[in-house]
Amino acid sequence: MALDSKVPKGPIKDKWTDYKNKIDLVNPANKRNIDVIVVGTGLAGGSAAATLAELGYNVKAFAYQDSPRRAHSIAAQGGINAAKNYQGDGDSTYRLFYDTVKGGDYRSREANVYRLAEVSSNIIDQCVAQGVPFARDYGGLLDNRSFGGVLVSRTFYAKGQTGQQLLLGAYSAMNRQIARGKIEMFNRHEMLDVVIVDGKARGIIARNLITGEIERHSAHAVVIGSGGYGNVYFLSTNAMGSNATAAWKIHKKGAYFANPCYTQIHPTCIPRSGDYQSKLTLMSESLRNDGRIWVPKNMEDVMAIREGRKKPTDLSEDERDYYLERRYPAFGNLVPRDVASRAAKERCDAGYGVNATGEAVYLDFASAFQRYGKEQAKIHNLDNPTKEKIIELGQAIVKEKYGNLFQMYEKIIDQNPYETPMMIYPAVHYTMGGVWVDYNLMTTIPGCYCIGEANFSDHGANRLGASALMQGLADGYFVLPYTIGDYLSDDIRTGEIPTNTKEFDDAEKEVSERINFFVNNKGTKSVDYFHKKLGKVMWDKAGMSRNAEGLTEAMVEIKAIREEFWKEVSVPGTANEMNTELEKAGRVADFLELGELFAKDALVRAESCGGHFREESAELDGPQKGEAKRNDKDFAFVSAWEYKGEPADAVLHKEELEFKDIELKQRSYK
Amino acid sequence: MNLTLKIWRQKDSQAKGQMVDYKVTEISEHMSFLEMMDVLNEQLVNSGEEPVAFDHDCREGICGMCSMYINGEAHGPDRGITTCQLHMRMFNDGDTITIEPFRAAAFPVIKDLVVDRMAFERIQQAGGYISVNTSGNTQDANNIPISKHDADEAMDAATCIGCGACVATCKNSSAMLFVGAKVSQYALLPQGQVEAADRVQNMVAQMDLEGFGNCTNTGACEVECPKGISLENIARMNREYLSATLKG
Amino acid sequence: MSGILNSSIGRKFAMALSALFLMIFVLQHFVINLFSVINPDTFNEISHFMGTFWVIQYVIQPILIIGVIFHFVMGFVLEIKNNKANGVKYAKNNGAANSTWMSRNMIWSGGFILAFLIIHFIDFWIPEINTKYIVGDMTGMHNGEFRYFHELQEKFVPLWRVAFYIVGFVFLALHLLHGFDSAFQSTGANNKYTKGLQGFGKAYAILVPLGFIFIALFHHFTH
Repeated sequence: MALDSKVPKGPIKDKWTDYKNKIDLVNPANKRNIDVIVVGTGLAGGSAAATLAELGYNVKAFAYQDSPRRAHSIAAQGGINAAKNYQGDGDSTYRLFYDTVKGGDYRSREANVYRLAEVSSNIIDQCVAQGVPFARDYGGLLDNRSFGGVLVSRTFYAKGQTGQQLLLGAYSAMNRQIARGKIEMFNRHEMLDVVIVDGKARGIIARNLITGEIERHSAHAVVIGSGGYGNVYFLSTNAMGSNATAAWKIHKKGAYFANPCYTQIHPTCIPRSGDYQSKLTLMSESLRNDGRIWVPKNMEDVMAIREGRKKPTDLSEDERDYYLERRYPAFGNLVPRDVASRAAKERCDAGYGVNATGEAVYLDFASAFQRYGKEQAKIHNLDNPTKEKIIELGQAIVKEKYGNLFQMYEKIIDQNPYETPMMIYPAVHYTMGGVWVDYNLMTTIPGCYCIGEANFSDHGANRLGASALMQGLADGYFVLPYTIGDYLSDDIRTGEIPTNTKEFDDAEKEVSERINFFVNNKGTKSVDYFHKKLGKVMWDKAGMSRNAEGLTEAMVEIKAIREEFWKEVSVPGTANEMNTELEKAGRVADFLELGELFAKDALVRAESCGGHFREESAELDGPQKGEAKRNDKDFAFVSAWEYKGEPADAVLHKEELEFKDIELKQRSYK
Repeated sequence: MNLTLKIWRQKDSQAKGQMVDYKVTEISEHMSFLEMMDVLNEQLVNSGEEPVAFDHDCREGICGMCSMYINGEAHGPDRGITTCQLHMRMFNDGDTITIEPFRAAAFPVIKDLVVDRMAFERIQQAGGYISVNTSGNTQDANNIPISKHDADEAMDAATCIGCGACVATCKNSSAMLFVGAKVSQYALLPQGQVEAADRVQNMVAQMDLEGFGNCTNTGACEVECPKGISLENIARMNREYLSATLKG
Repeated sequence: MSGILNSSIGRKFAMALSALFLMIFVLQHFVINLFSVINPDTFNEISHFMGTFWVIQYVIQPILIIGVIFHFVMGFVLEIKNNKANGVKYAKNNGAANSTWMSRNMIWSGGFILAFLIIHFIDFWIPEINTKYIVGDMTGMHNGEFRYFHELQEKFVPLWRVAFYIVGFVFLALHLLHGFDSAFQSTGANNKYTKGLQGFGKAYAILVPLGFIFIALFHHFTH
């Protein structure tokens, strides 16, 4: 099947408006007869469910947690971008569009990104109307902060909990519709398959996670907003339950999976402390505005620090290697996420990591204390302030800006970051890849849509800070509710979809068989054993930098782990009860397939772009020596994979990317 | 360190539960409490026993899923944190740790340490929203200035994560801190004031219907709240409710 | 408006209003008693006025009695409701970690105050009612002088009663230490004045019962 992105014709700035004007609509009376299933209730799923219900559709929403409010969108800290230009610093829809395409290393679809930039300011209006308490200045107007990789202040925020507040806004909109009976909410339910009738997505099979009951739910369209697949690495900043199952199931039923290798490794996370580690905690990227990153210059000092003979504060400036400032004098500590992460890995691989695991670098605020302290001393007219006074004044400013992050760090590591530098290390954070969708956000299965992080569309090979929230809400509030009407307008006479058909029987049987296999297998190893093993292969061979040899090995190793999994996995308990190990087993089984496709995709993409760094594709000489080298001639396409049984047999379809409104350039941060 | 754990085990909502003793060894002080539970569960799975079911998800203190009553306190002995942010360095080698689910008649146990908090959902559905459609045709976000003070206070109330520690802690199983926080957030914002009177009455009526107890102002909820939601929110809800009801 | 007492917040509010009323009553009671130490004659005159002025006897006194009964009955009703809201009891509960003993045991301090009140009524109120409304002696005189001061003094002769009263006042102090702030919080008064009010509440909760104890001891030892 040839890929048709269905991008409308015309100039980029008019595409969305013209398209909306011509799109088929469903009459309000008919909407009442149409059901839509929404799987996942984070920012994308939650906002879509609420909006579809407001429009009049009957929505059935599914969440594996006990409430939509717990979706992992809630953990986003920094903010949400919008081209409001409230600061008058020259921001515009075009500039947001440009920054996002450039930040994505020219691997995203122009028309989608432009639309995203276009609706971004509606999101802010909407959220304020819903009672989202964004930060304000003393004049009572909305405040903005700036974020990595851009030249304007366009990020709206609510303390360090922007994701939480936006999600609670969408959740409140959902609650209003649940109360009206327009959304039927299925909490503690997990989608385990999609049901396809006559080539169209017409329902899902879900498991009630409390009783273990397998349920059939039908609808005229199915929307997947189940988030990213970062947990394929076992350790990531994702929630423990975040999984790829819904996305992977639709992939297996015909939805192409795009760019699985595009993963964002976030540079400022709290390092791992031991093998028992269950997840990694992110600290906002904004810390790099004031922190300087370094490791010791000399190996003796590294050893002394690891053995506790020396403290980082004992090292003089000459004994420190501020490697980002050294390598990237122009951007210094503010290089984009992918560059900062790779540089940390390079130093740690060379043996300069500063904690027991050898996987940590310092993020030091001492000079920020000095800088702010001196500034404050001047403001307060202090003549000849003491050293201590300057540091005290400086720390107060830093505390105001990042107090909650410093406190979080201290709770986890048990060290006071005001006295000793923080330790950080990169961690898997976001997956730009996902289910392939067209301009309507429809997958290659008719009637099956995919929104938010679960789809691939807007971030290319690397996502800029504060744009994940923007995309989730844009898809859910403002894009999908329009585009889905175009499809559903054909369904006004269909009537309710019966669930007592062969298609539902078959799908349910498949799901039940798999569950019964798990509880009856009586293997010797826990689910986590396999998940950790998979995670290690992914991290070592398909992590921050990749090469053909490692990726080939990874494919073989993942396949071997998968085979062992199906022989040896042990799931205690039964199918007819709450069984958390059973839930995990199903999710890990899917990760074991996705991981292999991931490696295959990374192997095929023999260029470096965004979060995907291929060691073979680096600049060989000149000032950019050693830096990532993109190859637009051969790789300016989206890889969309068609399922053919084994992940290794997946078939590649290419969606060629055209850049009419932006000139392709190599990124440079030197 | 080596620890003895006394954990509430309950097969399902109908079954009678009981405390069961377990031993875990070689626990690192750097582990989080839930990682210690992971160790226990791995141990149980490997010996073919059913692991202890407990709610958890983000493991960074924001989703509100985790909900353990540890040594007689919601989210354990540390302050300003959820269970997942509690670290083993708060305990000593040889300690016995009692782990129970959040208790309240309105929070029935589903299994082991997992409780049903749907009562919170129904309270939110009763009025925890502003009735505005997601049309995209709302007025510009800066059309109504909001004083920084009010916006900050609304934000402080809005940081509630809905974990239920307030109810679990309260000797009366009262949900007033939870409801007060939501009522306050909207009451402080001009967008929320339009339907403030109906909102507070509907939410309080639902709260009462769910069987939560009456607040007697012990202040325990505020102390145990992982997000430090202030008792002032309960006072504000009282004011809002009384004026809404008395005005008719 | 109707049915406000069926809501949790309405009940709290009613509890707080009756409490505020009772606290005012206790304060005036204390001030009058204080005169028994300073000047017995003034004490007698005020006592006679309070005991015979119709507004007080027929308007304030019934309100007070209703207030007292309401506060107790509502207190017990709330306690029962709250216990019902609790579900299964914790195997281990560390209430001291997050709240004061006083706040968690209002039912016990209140219960003891009720026991005290019963004795107090038997000691003073019932004989008064008997003298005034059953016997019909509204003069307040005994052997040619006001009887109030002497009756007061005599009651505090037996050590057991003094001891019982002291314990009663200690419980009153404990009850007030939580109750004062709590009443304001329940009515929704939690604002920038709260801190000052809390200080005043603490002073009230300790000084008034302490004063009562002093008066009881004073009469016991000076008789």
